[in-house]
Amino acid sequence: MMSGFCVGLQFENSCEIGVFSKLTNAYCLVAIGGSENFYSIFESELADVIPVVKTSIGGTRIIGRLCAGNKNGLLLPHTTTDQELQHLRNSLPDQVVVQRVDERLSALGNCIACNDHVALTHTDLDRETEELIADVLGVEVFRQTIAGNILVGSFCAFSNRGGLVHPHTSIEDLDELSTLLQVPLVAGTVNRGSEVIAAGMTVNDWTAFCGSDTTATELSVIESVFKLREAQPSAIVDEMRKSLIDSYV
Amino acid sequence: MAMAEEAGMFVVHQTIGTVLCCKCGIPMQPSAANMCVNCLRSEVDITQGLRKQVIIVHCPECDSYLMPPKTWIKCRLESNELLTFCWNKVKNTDFKKNKIRGVHAEFIWTEPHSKRIKVRFTIQKEVLANAIFEQKYIVEYVQHEGMCDSCSRVQANPDQWVAVVQLRQHVSHRRTFFYLEQIILKHDAAARAITVKQMSEGIDFFFANRSHAIKFVEFVGKVAPVKSRHDKQLVSHDLKSNNYNYKYTFSVEICQICREDLICLPLKVAASLGNLGPLVICTKVTNTIALMDPLTLRHCFLDAERYWRTPFQPLLTCRQLVQYYVIDVKIVSSEVNVGGSSYTAADVEVARLADLGTVLYAKTHLGHLLKPGDYALGYDLYGANTNDAELGKYRGLNLPEAILIKKSYEETRQKKRGKPRPWKLKSLNMELDEPKSRVEQEKVNSDYEQFLKDLEENPDLRFKISLYHNREYQPSEMGTVTDGEDVPSVPLEELLADLDLSDKEVEDYCMEE
Repeated sequence: MMSGFCVGLQFENSCEIGVFSKLTNAYCLVAIGGSENFYSIFESELADVIPVVKTSIGGTRIIGRLCAGNKNGLLLPHTTTDQELQHLRNSLPDQVVVQRVDERLSALGNCIACNDHVALTHTDLDRETEELIADVLGVEVFRQTIAGNILVGSFCAFSNRGGLVHPHTSIEDLDELSTLLQVPLVAGTVNRGSEVIAAGMTVNDWTAFCGSDTTATELSVIESVFKLREAQPSAIVDEMRKSLIDSYV
Repeated sequence: MAMAEEAGMFVVHQTIGTVLCCKCGIPMQPSAANMCVNCLRSEVDITQGLRKQVIIVHCPECDSYLMPPKTWIKCRLESNELLTFCWNKVKNTDFKKNKIRGVHAEFIWTEPHSKRIKVRFTIQKEVLANAIFEQKYIVEYVQHEGMCDSCSRVQANPDQWVAVVQLRQHVSHRRTFFYLEQIILKHDAAARAITVKQMSEGIDFFFANRSHAIKFVEFVGKVAPVKSRHDKQLVSHDLKSNNYNYKYTFSVEICQICREDLICLPLKVAASLGNLGPLVICTKVTNTIALMDPLTLRHCFLDAERYWRTPFQPLLTCRQLVQYYVIDVKIVSSEVNVGGSSYTAADVEVARLADLGTVLYAKTHLGHLLKPGDYALGYDLYGANTNDAELGKYRGLNLPEAILIKKSYEETRQKKRGKPRPWKLKSLNMELDEPKSRVEQEKVNSDYEQFLKDLEENPDLRFKISLYHNREYQPSEMGTVTDGEDVPSVPLEELLADLDLSDKEVEDYCMEE
């Protein structure tokens, strides 16, 4: 299975695909669109490796911005209906903890950016939510801003290999964030100069999906920082399995 | 960030990093559009939809450009006015429509005869959500020729006038008009007149525009006491557009009182002026009349409105001045300053030059000027046969035998006769009447000569007009014989050098220096 790097995606003519999908190392959530094209692209890339689940959250399709998750768990806003919650619990693998969070800031995708080890959150997040994130997702939580913006979930996207942040981030900030996250970071844009990184693309350790307006330069930047060229999905999934087996023993 | 710094908190120094331009990939500083300038320029063209060629109408006669619908703006090539004109033409239509802000404009040189004017504009527009993009572009103005309304009217009939100001003064001399001519020249009040015509007892000024005529009438009202009325005559009318064309006539009458006139004030006027002695001399005429009683040295001012309410005529005018020989002067009082000039009351014994036998006693105000042996000019009331109605109304009035007006330099002037003066005056370009009889012509000439003499003698008359250096004047080689008393002449400092732009005269002038 070659590493995927899909470009030219559109969800119903919008190139902001990060709004309508959520990709992690263990699963992928996709919004219910008018046509099946969006879903079929994800499926063709990921079907063998991880489950691709069609869902809505709180009746809306902007699922990418409402939920936050990694391979350990998934956090949903309080607007999620019980059916959706149940549907997700059923569709996702058992090791993924699905939890509904009672939080004033309900667009969790905008407020929380995380990979499997570290999470950056909105500065005004509740104390309980922070603890919940640490518990459910199994990450270390840091309250941060990116280029002066408090919506960290929107303006950066990072995986375990690398990360892309808002283009106006200063060098000092980049260094600081890089040390916190322990991954290489680069400031760049997506979708032809759009600064809202997480809305324009979605990424995990071996694949990335970018909106249709992304230029070649942006693609090369994304490719290099997320180290997508050498990525082999099977290797990563095997690693995960190994760790699981280890735990048995 | 700025607020934190102001609050005194420690703020980490922020270095801006570099991102790659999303199109071409060159490293650049992050901007609002996140594209490098070149990519942005190739991407976005804010001059799209703006006119690159604009037609303007130009009048070749008066070098002005049409600002529709009717205004013509006079501007030279590559002047600020032309730049403003070009800017306004584009601003109201193109810039406003496309929400563009114009920042800078400058001319690009074009051949003057090419009938093209090129202007380079620098414009700014908001592009891609809060990125402001600046771009330069060139607009070419194509100049079409067309005559403006006023020029076409002038072309059709060059003598066409719309308004005429008819200045009249019903006196027998033209001194006032000589003086007025100089004042008009100094203030350039007749600059807009199409023609100036000299009539009997007055001058006509023709204008192309009613407002010019009104301005001129107001100007005259400020320098002389006048009464004016106006009329209009229908020349043509257009029923469809309701345009009516008129010819306007302004009749301006200057009061008959002149300087040095002897006046017998009517009863009512004398009473309203505080019983000023009925016989007064007019000392100065501007837009008010200054009257002075030579016997008591009292003076008063009569402004135009007051005069015209009860107009009166002079008793004796300058033509009736007679030469006197001063036999004796006895100063009665000290020098008094009356309305700007100083006079001294004195008793004099005089005799008319024509009749040196009869000695006349009179009171005069010229005590500071006259000495025994001087000559003076004055009015001969002893021998005069006055037929004034007003004079008859005064009962028990003792007429003085003579009233002296001014000192005469006639004798000393004899020596200088024929020699040109070191100064000269300019004159208005007037159309003269048909040549009058020789007698009348001589009268006019002597009036003019008298006017020039007046200028030499009176510094306050000179104050208001411009005198020019006379190139033809050569100071005589032989020294002037001074007779203890010089003929009054104009000091050199008061002369203006005539501005002459021709080469030859400049040379002459330099050599003269």
